[in-house]
Amino acid sequence: MYQIYILWFRQIKKYFRSKSRIVGAIGQPLLFLLALGYGLGSVYKKAGDGNYLHFLVPGIMAQTVLFSAMFYGAMLIFDRQFGFLKETLVAPVSRLRIMIGGALGGATTATLQGFLVLVIAYIIGFRVSHIYMIFFALIIMFVLATAIATFSSGLGSFVQDMQGFQAINQFIIFPLYFLSGALYPLTNVPTWLRIIAEVNPISYTVDAMRYALINQTKFGLEKDIIALLITLVVCIAYGVWQFRRIQT
Amino acid sequence: MPMIEVKNLVKKFGDFRAVDNISFKVKAGERFALLGPNGAGKSTTIKMLTTLLKPTSGELIMNGYNVLKEQNKVRKSFGIVFQDPTVDNDMTAYENMELHAVLYHVPKRDLKSRIKQLLELVELWDKKDILVRNFSGGMRRRLEIARGLLHHPKILFLDEPTVGLDPQTRVLLWNYVNKLAKDKNMTILFTTHYLEEAENNADRIALIDHGNLISIGNLKDLLLKTKSKNLEEAYLKLTGTEIRDEKLEPGVAWKERHRARLR
Repeated sequence: MYQIYILWFRQIKKYFRSKSRIVGAIGQPLLFLLALGYGLGSVYKKAGDGNYLHFLVPGIMAQTVLFSAMFYGAMLIFDRQFGFLKETLVAPVSRLRIMIGGALGGATTATLQGFLVLVIAYIIGFRVSHIYMIFFALIIMFVLATAIATFSSGLGSFVQDMQGFQAINQFIIFPLYFLSGALYPLTNVPTWLRIIAEVNPISYTVDAMRYALINQTKFGLEKDIIALLITLVVCIAYGVWQFRRIQT
Repeated sequence: MPMIEVKNLVKKFGDFRAVDNISFKVKAGERFALLGPNGAGKSTTIKMLTTLLKPTSGELIMNGYNVLKEQNKVRKSFGIVFQDPTVDNDMTAYENMELHAVLYHVPKRDLKSRIKQLLELVELWDKKDILVRNFSGGMRRRLEIARGLLHHPKILFLDEPTVGLDPQTRVLLWNYVNKLAKDKNMTILFTTHYLEEAENNADRIALIDHGNLISIGNLKDLLLKTKSKNLEEAYLKLTGTEIRDEKLEPGVAWKERHRARLR
């Protein structure tokens, strides 16, 4: 347990030491909130759907968690490049624990980032429907973050260079995000887009986040939770499988 | 029972045989030098022994455990100072040591005193709270060595441990290592290009080249066999004077060639 803890703590320490990471990871969602929230807000209102900012915030929180957790895979690639990975790989600690420790660290910081977005959203006028539901939102974010962090560490074990990792990131994560309903409602969209959204795990996370924060749901909470848990299991299985095969 | 036993070890990268059927044994408490030109297969052999790389074929036994099948038990048995840096630059010297101590199950009550003792040995104790990124190359190397000695392993691998170290630190390192071998009966397997280090600190010397073991034995026998005055002369007689390719990570050369073929 102590081994997992110290690897988790390493990620937390590194996060707080990297001011640019904190600022950068807040800057992007802030831009989305301001540019989209204010830019599209009036159109959204005219369409009769109410307050776009309210609709948007849970999606942007999920986005932040998604991208921050993906960053954990990049950290793993850095660890490989700077040699530190070897130090952990020869240690008498099972690969599973090494992966869990690091990925939970990545997931914790990603969740924290998501929470920071909520704080910012509060400042610019967002309100949750039930304050205690924030805890539920934190849990959803943490589950998503853990899934994505383990997935990205699997990817980071398999792709060894940063450019390749970025390319895959853009090929998988960006489409998943843009086609998830994080930015627009999935009602009245073309059938193909609806189908994609319905097999996209991110849609369910975003939906669960909306349920938690603004009490709106498209799929229903049960479906959301089941989808989220399936995603978690698949991601962990993939991550563990890839990480165990690492050789240097 | 030997502490390290290597039987018919082979590692192929594509059609390139980085390690080509090597066998040797190292006794407990022995200081064993693995010498050879760049690209001879030294680091690849160490990587396979330390579970970082899977052999193509062959058998590896360390401390009575099968390296391929009992990885965690094997990992508990050895410590290693790598040729390349493996410290985390975004952590302090102390944090690097602490993380290592925890990963290697150093008892909590010994943790602080042992870290202090070793950081003092390499004269980094007063800099323990500085982020490693601010260290010079030599300081990082010293930290790396202190870290490798933190848990008291049965087998210690030192892969070119003294590269970039000043003579003072080199003397310090070898004195400490020799003491460990003597007092704790620790088995030392090291590689180096400073041949006098092998002359002074190895009980037995193995020479490998092109993935093959070309000579193994103590210094006296080696000098006698090659009719040489010193190790350098023997070394050059056995491996030639031709300069080898610049050092590439094992397999990289092969991958690059493969890539060129695809183009």
